[in-house]
Amino acid sequence: MNSIVKAVSFLPDHCFNLIWLWVIVLGESSPKYLKGAFFMQGDEACAEGAIVAGCRLFAGYPITPSTEIAERMARRLPEVGGIFIQMEDEMASIALIIGASYAGAKAMTATSGPGFSLMQENIGLAVMTEAPIVIVNVMRGGPSTGQPTRASQGDVMQARWGCHGDHEVIALSPYSVQEMFDLTIEAFNLAEQFRVPVILLSDEIIGHMRERVILKAPDEVKIVNRKKPRKPPKLYRPFEPDDDLVPPMACIGEGYRIHVTGLTHGYDGLPKSIDPRTHEMLVKRLCDKIKLNIDKIVRMDEFFIDDAEVVLVTYGSPARSAIRAVKIARSDYGLKVGLVRLITVWPFPGNYFKRLSLKVKSYIVLEMNYGQIVREVERFALGKPVHFAPKLGGDIHTPDEILRVIEEVYENVK
Amino acid sequence: MSSKISHPLDDLLRIERLPHIWCPGCGIGIALASFLRAVKELNISMDKIAFVSGIGCSGRAAGYVHCDSFHTTHGRAIPLAMGIKVARPDIHVVVFSGDGDLFAIGGNHFIHAARRNVDLLVICINNFNYGMTGGQVGPTTPFGSLTTTSPYGNIEHPFNLVHLAAAAGAVYVARWTVAHPIQLSQSIKKGLMKKGFAFIEVIAPCITLYARYNKLGSPPEVMDYLKRNSIVRNFIDPSKAEINVKGRIIVGEFVDVERPEFITELYRLIEIRGGLKVKNLVEPLE
Repeated sequence: MNSIVKAVSFLPDHCFNLIWLWVIVLGESSPKYLKGAFFMQGDEACAEGAIVAGCRLFAGYPITPSTEIAERMARRLPEVGGIFIQMEDEMASIALIIGASYAGAKAMTATSGPGFSLMQENIGLAVMTEAPIVIVNVMRGGPSTGQPTRASQGDVMQARWGCHGDHEVIALSPYSVQEMFDLTIEAFNLAEQFRVPVILLSDEIIGHMRERVILKAPDEVKIVNRKKPRKPPKLYRPFEPDDDLVPPMACIGEGYRIHVTGLTHGYDGLPKSIDPRTHEMLVKRLCDKIKLNIDKIVRMDEFFIDDAEVVLVTYGSPARSAIRAVKIARSDYGLKVGLVRLITVWPFPGNYFKRLSLKVKSYIVLEMNYGQIVREVERFALGKPVHFAPKLGGDIHTPDEILRVIEEVYENVK
Repeated sequence: MSSKISHPLDDLLRIERLPHIWCPGCGIGIALASFLRAVKELNISMDKIAFVSGIGCSGRAAGYVHCDSFHTTHGRAIPLAMGIKVARPDIHVVVFSGDGDLFAIGGNHFIHAARRNVDLLVICINNFNYGMTGGQVGPTTPFGSLTTTSPYGNIEHPFNLVHLAAAAGAVYVARWTVAHPIQLSQSIKKGLMKKGFAFIEVIAPCITLYARYNKLGSPPEVMDYLKRNSIVRNFIDPSKAEINVKGRIIVGEFVDVERPEFITELYRLIEIRGGLKVKNLVEPLE
């Protein structure tokens, strides 16, 4: 009976779901991890994914359309031995999770466009100090306050190049509530493996949409934890990399007496900011640890690629319409159209597109912005035509709109 | 007989990093030594201290102390320190930074950390200007003072830092000058042991810039001035604890009270809501 009471207290006010009750009463009795089929929002699934990944600290500032992540974390984290803190702004939020990460915790923040802009400087700090953190950006329309309650994919280039200096980050783009759960876990795993900030680039549609999702417990998914030093404190150099270019990470309070700085530093972590060689070596390694490991990082979904003449390229919520459009184009019009759905947006899988460009006649890039990833596709299209179908205003591309673009492209092909 | 000259604080410093970058006559070294003496006298292991600083001359102190240390971005030392303390409440987390870092670019974080009563010790080296960038006007620059960006005299009013800290909710507040290293050390000891947000302002000369532009004299003259013109007024109303650069400086302890501490409350929530006894956020639950 007690578990029923607990289960009811879990439910979002406007979502009284019998499957949920059934799962909690008959399946998992402890509220620690939710297992099984649920009907929930993308933002809520993201919070549950973080908890499964081992996230025990969330710091954030309310902002539409990401606030539900914070709200769910505020309720859930104390139940699993974790802590939620609502900070005074986004700069404080990201600084706090970098500190917590360096003290050994898995930590996350969530925001949207304006807050993401405020976080850029400390995303650079996390890159430079190789702090494993996860930043969720549930994208809304910009610039500035823009369209708080409508979806966009306008922050893709900001995720790549938002902070100053040469750098690499990882960004993932979920296209379903299920992927909000799965890719949040993946984001933590990649952050821990490569010691890099990982950005979950979601959008308002995926964040607020409710659909069926299968939640899993930590023993049912792959969980990656950062490499720890294998040397005693006297011999350990905090930024000396292994062969994979990632240094093992000693944390604060473990007796290694590390120094961590945003200044250019050598293997010992101490500032060496005027030495050209140290800076060159450091920046190259920070970039190369992502670039050279790109095959371990990058994931995409392919639909009907084998015989495709025209390939749609998209990611996030527009992929949902694109899948439908491709199916209709094939079944009703007999057009050899394929689809590549990027799961990893950054690093961009350039070599994959180079190989694909040898086979296909042209590309159609679908984005809810005025042209961002399309530039990357153009770079690797080997001269093949790249058509662009932008969508601004907060609505998703409809399958009909995509079909019209496909028809136009086919007329030009003939 | 050893030919090597050593200093009693050597084992608390990364001595291979010395000499430091601070100018002759700078007060930051005295403040740092006062901190290290306090740590030594309290017999706290350097393994149990995390030393966090922002950007600026004072921010460089993090690179010299032989403990876990984090030199953060400009203004963000306090929230980053909070992150360390939340994840590892057993560690003494100290923020050591300058007036510009803590009260201009980082001012919002300061008042909110004080309001929450986070268990941190914040030591602010107040040298009345931005030293690292060449002596610009800052949030503590006295009215009328000359700096490179107030060449006709500062027309802004400075913060009274101890009044600000007390109003924001700090549970321990003190001000000393670098001419009071013993009192400063005693205050730092209290701040380290205080459960809650402790704030200590340290008035320090910037000989190269602020003192030169404002004709305050040579290093010995400025130290002598700080000694002669400082008046100890313990536990007076912090709003009355004034600093007049060519007049008197009120120093002392101003606040020492108790309030529920933020991180303790956060862990209490885990116990009440989750029924879990958790000591930190690092060790996995079984």
